[in-house]
Amino acid sequence: MATHSYTSRRELEQHSFPPAVALLVPLAAIVLQALLPKPFPKLAILDLPLIIAVFFAVSRRNPVSGTLTAAAIGLLQDALTNQPIGVNGMAKSVIGYVAASIGIQVDVENMTTRLVMNFGFSILNSILLFLINHRLLGQPGAQILWVHELIRAAVNTLVALPIFMLLDHTKRLD
Amino acid sequence: MESFFTRFKNVLVLVAVLLAQTIALAIQVRRPVESGAPDGNKVTLIRYWVVAAVTPFERFFLGFGRNVRGGWSNYVDLRHTRQQNHDLQNEIAQLRLEQAALAEDAMQGHRLQALLDFQHHYVATTVAAQVIGTSGTDLSRVLYIDKGSKDGLKPDQAVITPDGIVGKLRDVFPHTAQVLLINDQTSGAGVLLATTRIRGILRGSATGHIQINNLTPDSRIKPGEQALTSGGDQVFPRGLKVGTIESIAPDPDHQPYTLITLRPAANLFQLEEVLIITGTQSELPEQTKKDLAIGAVTAEQQAEAARIAAAEAAAKSAAQIVADRLPSLHDPDNPDADTANSTDPTAPKPIGGIVPKPQPTLHPDRYSPGSAPPATSLTPGAPHSTEAIPRNNVEDDTSNQPSSTTNPPSAAPKKTPKTATPQTQPQTQPKTESQPN
Repeated sequence: MATHSYTSRRELEQHSFPPAVALLVPLAAIVLQALLPKPFPKLAILDLPLIIAVFFAVSRRNPVSGTLTAAAIGLLQDALTNQPIGVNGMAKSVIGYVAASIGIQVDVENMTTRLVMNFGFSILNSILLFLINHRLLGQPGAQILWVHELIRAAVNTLVALPIFMLLDHTKRLD
Repeated sequence: MESFFTRFKNVLVLVAVLLAQTIALAIQVRRPVESGAPDGNKVTLIRYWVVAAVTPFERFFLGFGRNVRGGWSNYVDLRHTRQQNHDLQNEIAQLRLEQAALAEDAMQGHRLQALLDFQHHYVATTVAAQVIGTSGTDLSRVLYIDKGSKDGLKPDQAVITPDGIVGKLRDVFPHTAQVLLINDQTSGAGVLLATTRIRGILRGSATGHIQINNLTPDSRIKPGEQALTSGGDQVFPRGLKVGTIESIAPDPDHQPYTLITLRPAANLFQLEEVLIITGTQSELPEQTKKDLAIGAVTAEQQAEAARIAAAEAAAKSAAQIVADRLPSLHDPDNPDADTANSTDPTAPKPIGGIVPKPQPTLHPDRYSPGSAPPATSLTPGAPHSTEAIPRNNVEDDTSNQPSSTTNPPSAAPKKTPKTATPQTQPQTQPKTESQPN
């Protein structure tokens, strides 16, 4: 009788997704992100691609996969802006790596963990974008507006929770 | 060695990804980099792929939304249409009046510009486009429109709405184009303050405001002043609305400059349709010339009508004042006499209204009006002739008045002064008659 021995949470709860979901969900997030601020300008504060990148990273629990998926999402996001391509790509690569690494260590199915994690990653994303723009690209107007970023993080967290619950249904246990 | 890569595989992948993107950034960000400039060919190609993948969805959702809205507004929500039509017609009438008022100034300004040989670029051709999407982030304020190079669009063309300027085209693809809004951090435009004629450079801020930050404090600049495009940036034609000054504050980062924040004339946060200026010309377009000519004619007609009305009102008011001050002009015993005289259409109307004539005195003496000889007829050193009252003067005065100004017999019974004071003819009388007029 074959026996399984799990040595880590990663081996215990490593999920995968159908290719259609893995491809279409990030694309849908980018399209929605581009569409929503047109009728509702305030929704530009949202970062749906970030939420999706975090979700795939923590669900797969694979830093390589998380880094590459998040980098791809960030690069697609950059292509729609007037910024140099790579700004969001770099920030989200780091977040994908960190999120996947955290996913190995802690229980990311827990609601409180998800709440804290999304809030933290949103703030981290803002800090990384500021550092890239200010230090790497030397943009003089780059600044970090803390109140705005805290509101952004709170809004993203609130939106992320139902999205995570919705996408949980598409998971496949490896 | 193999164990090293296996062990640090995750970190190495991250470092490799970051390194690749850093190199890509370094290639894209060349110095000196022009703010808001379009990308190089390779970057444009990457953007083109992504935009080509995303815009079909945006077009689909835009079309779907438009159809739903159109179905609702064209078939269901037709209430109050008649009232709206009436209101719009009133608005058109009002706008025509405003156009007439402005047309004369515009024509005059155009003539003066021609005299000064001033090269002004007027909007000649525009392309209307629908906004189909955004960049999706508030760090990059760009829009996507449904027209591209196939419709004659090129990078750096100005994008406007009837309310004011919006931005300029950045990357142009075959069927879509990217609009860099004026409130983006990398955006800039030359502006002119409308009343003070001070020139400045408009820039976007991180918070999405538009600001002028290259001016030193000036007490003439006040909130509420309008800013127009100066034409100096070679993108926006001169004289388009930019916005209104909202606040003026010292710039904490760049002393002693001020930070002038403007409220954009166009609603940059909710744009549906925009116009792209594809061509300018140094002369006014034909249609505009016709409109101005019509406006000028209307303005002249209005001015003429206003002049006539003012003259009538002045005459009426003068007559009214005189009538109020001299109630004897109105004969209470014969009120019809005034009416008969005033309504005579053949009677010539003196300019400035009717001047009342004093009634003849019943018992004239040397103080009576007209009894004193004119100063020109007096001779220095001549004998005192104050008693020589020219009795016929009074009679002449009364007889020489036009019929419309004479008082009716009943109102002022004429007395013959000749019989009252039989005096000799004054010696100066012939001299007076011989005086040239």
